[in-house]
Amino acid sequence: MNNSEKKRMNGEAEEENEEDVEDEGRDAWERTYTDERSWEALEEDESGLLQPIDNKAIYHSQYRRRLQSLSATSAASRIQKGLIRFLCVVVDLSKAAGEMDFKPSRMAVIAKHVEAFIREFFDQNPLSQIGLVIIKDGVAQSLTELGGSPEAHIKALMVKLGCAGDSSLQNALELVHDTLHKIPSYGHREVLILYSALSTCDPGDIMETIQKCKKAKLRCSVIGLSAEMFVCKHLCQETGGSYMVALDEGHFKELLLEHAPPPPALAEFAIANLIKMGFPQRAAEGSIAICSCHREAKVGEGYICPRCKARVCELPTECRFCGLTLVSSPHLARSYHHLFPIEPFTEVSARQLELSRVASKTCFSCRESLLTPGTNKAGPCAACTKCKQYFCLDCDIYIHESLHNCPGCESRRITPAAASATMS
Amino acid sequence: MATLPSKPIADDVSLLVVLIDTNPFFWSTSSSSLNFHQFVSHVLVFLDLIVRLSQLNQIVVIATGHNTCDYIYDSSLDTDQVTGEGELPALYSFVLQRLEEFVDKDEKLGAKQEGLSEKRASSLLSGSLSMALCYIQRVFRSGPLHPQPRILCLQGSPDGSEQYVSIMNAIFSAQRSMVPIDCCYVGSHNSAFLQQASYITGGVYVKPQHLEGLYQYLATVFAVDLHSRSFLQLPRPAGVDFRASCFCHKTTIDMGYVCSVCLSIFCKHHDKCSTCGSVFGKAQLDAASDRKRKASES
Repeated sequence: MNNSEKKRMNGEAEEENEEDVEDEGRDAWERTYTDERSWEALEEDESGLLQPIDNKAIYHSQYRRRLQSLSATSAASRIQKGLIRFLCVVVDLSKAAGEMDFKPSRMAVIAKHVEAFIREFFDQNPLSQIGLVIIKDGVAQSLTELGGSPEAHIKALMVKLGCAGDSSLQNALELVHDTLHKIPSYGHREVLILYSALSTCDPGDIMETIQKCKKAKLRCSVIGLSAEMFVCKHLCQETGGSYMVALDEGHFKELLLEHAPPPPALAEFAIANLIKMGFPQRAAEGSIAICSCHREAKVGEGYICPRCKARVCELPTECRFCGLTLVSSPHLARSYHHLFPIEPFTEVSARQLELSRVASKTCFSCRESLLTPGTNKAGPCAACTKCKQYFCLDCDIYIHESLHNCPGCESRRITPAAASATMS
Repeated sequence: MATLPSKPIADDVSLLVVLIDTNPFFWSTSSSSLNFHQFVSHVLVFLDLIVRLSQLNQIVVIATGHNTCDYIYDSSLDTDQVTGEGELPALYSFVLQRLEEFVDKDEKLGAKQEGLSEKRASSLLSGSLSMALCYIQRVFRSGPLHPQPRILCLQGSPDGSEQYVSIMNAIFSAQRSMVPIDCCYVGSHNSAFLQQASYITGGVYVKPQHLEGLYQYLATVFAVDLHSRSFLQLPRPAGVDFRASCFCHKTTIDMGYVCSVCLSIFCKHHDKCSTCGSVFGKAQLDAASDRKRKASES
């Protein structure tokens, strides 16, 4: 297990020289059985039920490393985050996507995880839009237009799953460039390419296309499923995106979900602008109106555009008649935690906890004991730098990944004098 | 994560986390027919009801004070198991004693402050909501079976606008973990934050009209477990106001301008964003170099 984790840290597929010699003719999935022996990692608890191994400490250290690398890049120079994103997801459905090294096939794995990614993306970026593009038979087609409704994209993707032909990176980039050229200047233009093939059949000079994308300020990232390719690496370096190659399904999911939170936005990429938006009220119960999205009469339960008074079914959306962007305040509030992030907690070793004068050694937020179970010695925990309260490792992960509030800091009242002293 | 997904024990076993508002600024000035002692007595009878409905039900009580928040009672802890004889059930005397200790502690922490500039003093709702959610996550991790958690806020203090971002973060996290936030609001005007919380997480918001009968509202609306709620007609919110308020005047607007960098809301067109300082219409790099030049000159 340790070897594969170290490889994951590097994030790139490494030459498996030794294994190649021994396991010629064995597939990757067979190698996991012979090398990693996953059955040895199982344990039974006292009643005979199977338990996963306690890799809490490993998981927590992986999580801390990730958090530190993220905060180091963003805290260093007050980089803003691109909150209004227009992302084109390019799925490579060439013959290479039918390979079975990911169970049941690369295409099925991609489809499953892209669905989860789309939902997570709209959860974290409610004001952004996604468009889907597929590459098949050497041609790129736009599957869905840029839009903000997750269901429409997922439905379209699930229908069109069939792989054939060659893959063409240049055609995809040309199509994406034309699509993203039309969006307003305050939006961040991003492209995420899920590339399974090892080659690209292009009608012209791909380097020119890459330069065109760079000039149009498109940030292209690639997640490869087979091996590292120079042209993908060059594309990502030129446009400022990230290039990663997935080692297995779990790693692929991790890499994909890393693109869900907003990336640090470089100052010259998007122009700040004031966007006119409407905050519609809910229609009264029992009122009957023809909704503009389905063109049929509906009762109650909708929203009224403040400018043209048309009825829409769900938010966020763009009014079909007057073009006003309609949102509700919770949608804006979903992005506030990106703007006011909490600082990572510091790790407290067991020795420091024992030496501290805290009366009861329990986690401040969940009141779980911080002592290692079964013994009387303190276990590792985390502490907030501002309120100095102690938290258990699981609360630390939950607070930073989902809650985005420190319970200790929220349970303190800071007087206006103290607040201004800390801010200045 | 490598944990097994845990399932609820049974349809009707619940874990109820009650957040009690003990803010002295609200209770001393409240002109309604309910004072703090009566309020606590209604709540204690309600807690007793929950415990009697099922042996497996669990209760956790967290107090929301003006300067701090803390756990008052946890029915699953061994130290909180009380037995006793006497007129009052042991649960009541235990909770009352802990509440008294908490109110004293809250008062001591506030004694250092000089006076209160704002007339409407809010309580630290975001702190107790965050603690409740962390506790619920711990229950999810605890074993293969767990009771169905929900949060009940008994709040009277007005909303503190400085807590808006933290409360919204807590609400979205509750929505993701599928934990409903119910609210029984005993203050004077409706609380917009708690209405939004109940709407987004799928909970129930009630503002009782007759506070002398608070126990009846609690028992009929909030004692029922989550599964049975689908068979009942619970009070529905009349209208949840999702309009935003502009950052410059704090008035609610239904059409406004949003800064694309920091998402602050303005009612009129400005040249510069007052929150993040971005200059609109100009490329950020030029604006940043302008600021640097001005800073080095001054």
